[in-house]
Amino acid sequence: MNENLTILAIVLGILHSGIRLATPYLYASLGEMFGQRSGVLNLGVEGIMLLGAFFGFFATFQTGNPWLGFLAAMVVGALMGLLMAFISVTLKAEQGISGIGLYLFGLGASSLLFKTMLGTVEGVSGFAPLNFCLSSVGIDSSFCLSQVPIAGDIVFSHSVMTYIAYALVPISAWVLGRTTIGLKIKAVGQNPEAADSLGVSVDRTRYMTVTFGGLMAGIAGASLSISLLNIFQENMTNGLGFIAVALVYFGGWSPWGVLVGALLFSTVNALQLWAQVLGLNIPSDVAVMLPYLMTILALALPIRRAAQPAALTRPFTRGEN
Amino acid sequence: MTNDANLLPSGLPRIESMQMRDIVKRFPGVLANDHVNFDVNAGEIHALLGENGAGKSTLMKVLYGLYQPEEGEILLNGQVANIHSPTDAIEQGIGMIHQHFMLVDNLTVAQNVALGLKSSKGKGFVLDLDVVTARIRDLADKYGLYVDPEAIINRLSVGERQRVEIIKALYRGAALLILDEPTAVLTPQEVDEIFKIFRNMAAEGHALIFISHKLDEIFALTDRVTVLRDGRVVGDVLTADVTKNELANMMVGREVLMERHRVPMPVGEVRLKLEDVNAVNDREQPILRHISFAVRSGEILGVAGVSGNGQRALAEAIAGLQPVSEGRVEMDGRDVTNLSPSQMFEAGLSYIPEERMHDGVIKNFNVAENLVLQDHQFPPYSKGIFLNFGTIDSHADEMIREFDIKTPSKDTAVKNLSGGNIQKLILARELDRQPRFLIAAQPTRGVDIGATEYIHAQLLKQRSEGLATLLISEDLDEVMAMSDRIMVLFGGEIMGIVDSDQVTVQQLGLMMAGEKAEDVFAQKDLAAAGDT
Ligand SMILES: Nc1ncnc2c1ncn2[C@@H]1O[C@H](COP(=O)(O)OP(=O)(O)OP(=O)(O)O)[C@@H](O)[C@H]1O
Ligand SMILES: [Mg+2]
Repeated sequence: MNENLTILAIVLGILHSGIRLATPYLYASLGEMFGQRSGVLNLGVEGIMLLGAFFGFFATFQTGNPWLGFLAAMVVGALMGLLMAFISVTLKAEQGISGIGLYLFGLGASSLLFKTMLGTVEGVSGFAPLNFCLSSVGIDSSFCLSQVPIAGDIVFSHSVMTYIAYALVPISAWVLGRTTIGLKIKAVGQNPEAADSLGVSVDRTRYMTVTFGGLMAGIAGASLSISLLNIFQENMTNGLGFIAVALVYFGGWSPWGVLVGALLFSTVNALQLWAQVLGLNIPSDVAVMLPYLMTILALALPIRRAAQPAALTRPFTRGEN
Repeated sequence: MTNDANLLPSGLPRIESMQMRDIVKRFPGVLANDHVNFDVNAGEIHALLGENGAGKSTLMKVLYGLYQPEEGEILLNGQVANIHSPTDAIEQGIGMIHQHFMLVDNLTVAQNVALGLKSSKGKGFVLDLDVVTARIRDLADKYGLYVDPEAIINRLSVGERQRVEIIKALYRGAALLILDEPTAVLTPQEVDEIFKIFRNMAAEGHALIFISHKLDEIFALTDRVTVLRDGRVVGDVLTADVTKNELANMMVGREVLMERHRVPMPVGEVRLKLEDVNAVNDREQPILRHISFAVRSGEILGVAGVSGNGQRALAEAIAGLQPVSEGRVEMDGRDVTNLSPSQMFEAGLSYIPEERMHDGVIKNFNVAENLVLQDHQFPPYSKGIFLNFGTIDSHADEMIREFDIKTPSKDTAVKNLSGGNIQKLILARELDRQPRFLIAAQPTRGVDIGATEYIHAQLLKQRSEGLATLLISEDLDEVMAMSDRIMVLFGGEIMGIVDSDQVTVQQLGLMMAGEKAEDVFAQKDLAAAGDT
């Protein structure tokens, strides 16, 4: 009896953590997906996340208002995205290499800023779980949705950043599928010459998506430092940004695919965390490797390959065709 | 609103006159446009004629803002116009149908039409595809341009893709419409239909520029012709004032033989044989049904049919690019069913594909490299794993000379060659290796009359040396003139195989519409019986 309860608690715990830990993946991968759909591969997500994490943390630390941290991460991320757009779209540099440069820059800059401006690891009170208590809408009751058995903890006990991340999945799908901007993005990533010939600006579209991708990567970083962990450490993303890039491939360049991939990998992370809690000894490296292995396998599937934007990583120059 | 005399039915203001003055456009090693003057007025259809590589597309790309000229200016309604991008051109009322498809092939027809369109915007940024789909259906009904708005481009045949390009242009209703070889992939019936559309547009006050290598089309459609040769204007005349031969001479600078003479030849052994071949597409729908025929040495078997009736599948099934689900393919008596393309190639097959930009060349490779695409791993072009650049280069020089490929040099990337010259390059590569069997799909599509004459002569020469050829063409005149026998495909099935000397264009037309040869000839016999 007692044992059953423990197992239930562990399963619930894993599901709770899985949903929670998908947050940074969702922000970073959805943003990256827009860039890739328009033909730009930004490998610098990890670096942008680190800067986002730092500035999100620092602004919150200074002001005590996590929303200002959120805003700061957005702005820094967008600026980094803009830089990547300038390098890859205007200067037409090799995208893979520029992305790695961006990553190294973000890694170094965030460490330096940490050392000069914080010095030690500090905690901060970031976004708290919402819990959806009735008292918060003026009803005189101490009941919260998070108290609902089973589903309460899994679904209703996350911070606002997590809910926004999930809301962005259908919104992204809608933008891609149902708006003129989405149509332009898809066309520019598949056949930039055709888009250009119809008066769609390839450069402007790519600037937009890559800047947006940076903005999202910034938020993804902040979701670690002011929502999930509420601390900032050097290199705290620990490869997460690269997994986010891989998730875009894994998800077949679709928001729903990204969602599935993000949940899959975050659940693996959760399993690994819980294994540590329970004292089972699985090396954490395995958990870091696993997503890549799965991505490589997924990429070998022909369906995924067909979905890859044809102009991905290809700079566009008019008149070459 | 529409009763304003200056507005077209599409709501755009008319372009009363457009003048290009002294346009100079250079590419590395080529002067593509050399002080070109060209103009067109509202209500007029002006033809631009010239050999492959004469500079027609370049001039039009300058007008559409894709290229910036080194010298010269463009005047719209008498005012100097600044056109630095397609966006500028579109804003000033200019539209263009490009020589090579400009379609996003994983999107639907409606999405391609909607792309960049202001009116596809519903509220805010919402894409209103229903409006676009309805408009496409309207246009389809009005002009007989049938294509499913919800179909994804990569499922469409080239003819259907061309219709999508035309729909894109009609939808936008540009005041000045550039048509860069819009008819190259269309059937004669389709050409008749779209000519009605173009004439109608001119009557409404649009200005049209029309490029084609088919002189009949120039005479049927246009009011005026400008001829370009080597980047220079060599004539600007009223269509009614010239003859076909005069135009041909202006273009080429010499007398052109427009009749082809195919002398009867004794045929030899069977080179290729298909027995009850069936194939399905990726949606498991049959695309070839019970195909059986044989081609002998010294014979050209023509394949006629409306595009999309299995011609491409047939060529690809033989070339190893389309799996054969049932039946047997034999080459020189050997079973070659479902061999890989490279095995077929080694067995002696040469293939000139229909989509040359896509399947026939590697666009970013240079001329010399493209000339040895399949052969590069064999001597004399390589030794062990090393390429022998000396022989590759001298081979390229020889081919360029022999097949008259117009290119600045053998190091020029193929994407920078004009369409017709890419076709000559493929032909040179495929014929030079002295194949046992040749599949030539639309070998003269988009090729100028001089080069067409040359390609036909080459095909006949190879025939006289014993080559067996399958000639797939939508140009009925070409099929009739070049083939010993003609096979008609409809819905993936053979309607009949007939002697080309004993069939009329009308009879072929009936077979192309799905009547079996027996029935067609029975009608003829009946008619003959009625006469007596
Ligand atoms: N982007 C480019 N870079 C270099 N050379 C080019 C480029 N575009 C065209 N050329 C060259 O300019 C010349 C004119 O080409 P163009 O495409 O205008 O010919 P065209 O008259 O349209 O021929 P076709 O009938 O074969 O289409 C050719 O010699 C071609 O090789
Ligand atoms: Mg051309």
